[in-house]
Amino acid sequence: MDAQQPDGPQSRELATIGKSVVIKGDLSGSEDLYIDGQVEGSIDLRHHSLTVGPNGNVKAGISAKSIIIQGKVDGSLTASDRLDLRKSAVVTGDVTTQRIAIEEGAFLKGKVDIQKEAGKGAAS
Amino acid sequence: MPTVTHNLMKLFRGSSNQTATPAPQPKLTRRSSGIGEISRVLNSQDGLCVLDVGATSANNIRFLTGRGHKNYSEDLLRASLDPALRSRDSEGNTIVDAKKFLDENLVYGNGIFDIVLCWNLADYMEESLVKPTIDRLWSQMKAGGLLLAFFHTRDAGPDSTCYRYHVTGTDMLEMQEVRFAPPGRPASEKQAPRLQRVFNNRHIENLFRDFASIKFFLARDNIREVLVVR
Repeated sequence: MDAQQPDGPQSRELATIGKSVVIKGDLSGSEDLYIDGQVEGSIDLRHHSLTVGPNGNVKAGISAKSIIIQGKVDGSLTASDRLDLRKSAVVTGDVTTQRIAIEEGAFLKGKVDIQKEAGKGAAS
Repeated sequence: MPTVTHNLMKLFRGSSNQTATPAPQPKLTRRSSGIGEISRVLNSQDGLCVLDVGATSANNIRFLTGRGHKNYSEDLLRASLDPALRSRDSEGNTIVDAKKFLDENLVYGNGIFDIVLCWNLADYMEESLVKPTIDRLWSQMKAGGLLLAFFHTRDAGPDSTCYRYHVTGTDMLEMQEVRFAPPGRPASEKQAPRLQRVFNNRHIENLFRDFASIKFFLARDNIREVLVVR
């Protein structure tokens, strides 16, 4: 199933996938997204934020501006700005970002590649 | 150790329904000649590929990526405790599937890593997994790459504290006691890994016999540090 949002004015509202929802397919959009359910496929939120909640279970490659993980992710993560792994995060996959913050207790299995934009720092 | 006073206080205090966030384990420090040599390499070269097979360390990831290196993390000890790896033979003995373990972990190409931080993995890992894991690491290291491992020098007992290690960029390491739930098990089943064996020098030399050179450092805390060159 494809769930593709049309191009248009950028919204400040937060789209939510609740914990009982299961989606298989490619997700893309022009607004921030909070996932607390199950998603399998790919997620592209190039200029927006993605949060995987504590009940979230994502098997997908993820591309977003900033990513916050509190649940489980199996797939590559590409955050053009920042990646946050909270203490309940369980991530299996390679990570590419400018900045990364990892709380005590988070689990990561994979490569961490920090790619700085010219003129910007990476540490946080 | 619980005392009468402690138990009485618990009785009068009653139970609490709050789920308190457990405080992080305090950090200890130890001087390490092995990490001192590794740190000199990390501080003098750019763009190294470093594999850390200890418990996920935000500290290590921050340090390594902050120096411009690529960091790979795999908590192999935790992965080795996966119940899915275990079965019983006809006599009821537990056997661990080393092939399945290596099919699911350390899945990289050959000649990738400049540095491997093995820490105390071999002392705490199931015996049947140790040699296959070291052999896999050998194949995935670059020629001239460094591997650092720690071994107990005497039998400290199965309940000896298992530590995770944090790099500081100097010859000092920060250590924290490690407890974790095996994969797929809830956090309430957190356990401390048990020391499986004590390697002597000959065992260690056999373990790393395919490597080009081996250097031993003895420390006062009954830890033998081993730095091998691929």
